[in-house]
Amino acid sequence: MKGSITILSFFAIGLLLGIYRIFPTQWLQYEFSFYVLCALMFSVGFSIGQQPETILQFKSIPRRVIFLPLTTILGTWLGALAIGLFTRHSLTDTLAVSSGMGYYSLSSILITQYKGIELGTIALLANIFREVMALLLAPILVKYFGKLAPIAAGGATTMDTTFPGIVRYSGKEFSVVSIYHGFVTDLTVPFLVTLWCTIAPNP
Amino acid sequence: MYTVLFFILTGIATGYLFRKRKLSIVNQLITVLIWLLLFILGVEVGVNENVVRKFHLLGIEAFLIAFFATLGSVIGAWILLPPKPAKGDKENNTNL
Repeated sequence: MKGSITILSFFAIGLLLGIYRIFPTQWLQYEFSFYVLCALMFSVGFSIGQQPETILQFKSIPRRVIFLPLTTILGTWLGALAIGLFTRHSLTDTLAVSSGMGYYSLSSILITQYKGIELGTIALLANIFREVMALLLAPILVKYFGKLAPIAAGGATTMDTTFPGIVRYSGKEFSVVSIYHGFVTDLTVPFLVTLWCTIAPNP
Repeated sequence: MYTVLFFILTGIATGYLFRKRKLSIVNQLITVLIWLLLFILGVEVGVNENVVRKFHLLGIEAFLIAFFATLGSVIGAWILLPPKPAKGDKENNTNL
């Protein structure tokens, strides 16, 4: 939670500097952020490659629950398709935003690169909202949708920011499932966002 | 634009090669890079008057996408493992 607030304050400071033209904007023209993004992607990959033993832990997960990341992704897409029919953006744009799975920092940056700042902003806000909803609604979700529901809602965040809440409301026995779900979903974000951003040509 | 995916795959391979040496500095690096990129994103949003003007519209659209995406995923979880009907809290065990 503290980490999220720090990240958002960096965004807020940038936003204010931009609005009041305090920050020299010629910086932005040199594709500087693209190179930083490449460095970030390499580092994210590196940290995944470093933990093959995490994957071995997942052997203890019951077979049925193995499919949880899949139902999360498919459910997310079905929800996005339903609302995408009524929004101003194309279905593939809406699917790209939803594929952020709550990983707002990475998805907003990627979508800005592929589709521009407007959709990038939507991605940032939508994925922040998703994380906040997963945090706040966990007790209600457990009651009406079962103990896997807070994990599904948390998307890619279930091994970090939403993890403590999940353990609290779903129970300790769901902690490995939560980490597994976060690990797999997190890994899919860059691929699925790229898929939906590149599947249709830019208008 | 597949450059981005190339970097993540190269990263996984390199990370795997160095799996014997835990480089926790990478996680700190990720945090700093995310700060930097979110800062830049903030500036880019800020200087874009068009986006600033309709920020509230983008916010509403974002909320709707988030709400329905979350609802869809939660329904998926419900299909996979439906909640047990509460029998006076007697049976609170879960069969994982």
